[in-house]
Amino acid sequence: MPESSGDGREPETGRHERNGVLTMKAKVFITPKKGILDPQGLTIERSLPALGFEGVSNVRVGKYIELELPDGEKAAAELDQMCHKLLANPIIEDFEFELVP
Amino acid sequence: MAASSQTEITPVRFGVVVFPGSNCDADSYHAVSTFAGAEPRYLWHKDTHLDGLDCVILPGGFSYGDYLRCGAIARFSPIMKAVRRFAEDGGLVIGICNGFQILLEAGMLPGAMLQNRGLKFICKLVNLRVESNRTPFTGAYETGQVIRLPVAHHEGNYYIGEAGMRELEENNQIIVRYCDEDGAITPKANPNGSLANIAGICNRERNVFGVMPHPERVCDEIIGGADGRGVFESIIGAVAGAGEQADPSSLRSSG
Repeated sequence: MPESSGDGREPETGRHERNGVLTMKAKVFITPKKGILDPQGLTIERSLPALGFEGVSNVRVGKYIELELPDGEKAAAELDQMCHKLLANPIIEDFEFELVP
Repeated sequence: MAASSQTEITPVRFGVVVFPGSNCDADSYHAVSTFAGAEPRYLWHKDTHLDGLDCVILPGGFSYGDYLRCGAIARFSPIMKAVRRFAEDGGLVIGICNGFQILLEAGMLPGAMLQNRGLKFICKLVNLRVESNRTPFTGAYETGQVIRLPVAHHEGNYYIGEAGMRELEENNQIIVRYCDEDGAITPKANPNGSLANIAGICNRERNVFGVMPHPERVCDEIIGGADGRGVFESIIGAVAGAGEQADPSSLRSSG
């Protein structure tokens, strides 16, 4: 475990060295495309009023993927390709990602 | 081979792909073995050759644990490259349930699967209307015929964009739809929310077929039905009749 900072949280950095390769961390968010039925989201949306949370709408359930990839200029382009080809199914899902500096 | 082989009937050779997590491979193998003119064999997902086969079956199950999305990992199996080439050369490929999902993820059929509308795994017999018998997989049925096959899936809610849907319809690629007992396509007869009650589609060339219900599970009256036999009869008839002009009426089954 890395040393914790004063507020009890680990210092956030996306860059690491793995087996001699400098890597950076990425966060990928995948959600059902707009207009596509999301039965899980709907079920959650209908459950919230039962707990007294009124007025919640557009609940969409997706996936969150973390990964580390080689650092470099191509990282964003490669991650985009990864999302298109495997991490998301572009027919039914949208994706966004961020590279942690 | 000597000329005497003319009198022997060459069996139609089926290959059943076994992925880690397939669980309908044995059923598919058994179903094929009940036909005199057919010969099944297993294919391991690491195989790279499909020599001498007439038809490849991608069976149902949970290939690779359904990780990420159903079929998303199986499509990278070594054998899938061979299956793609086989299909491009005109070979017959049928994907049942998880096999259908794999064909979608591999882009060998258009569209995608969503979770069932009701969020439940559905396991029951459903009525299906054969929308076209102009495929090597449905030639033994009548167009419009209602058959009963079991479904067993959690992601069978077929989706495709508007343009894709138009193409499916224009090319008569929708092969079976969920219907009621009388063959009416109604929302109530739709078990999973599938677009336009779609249960099975083929590619434009009509040699790749994906179907969510399981024909291989209803190939014998003693286990509750034989309506699935027509799919295998169709394939055998199509392959056997490919060299000669087969009389389509001889392929029709009464059931």
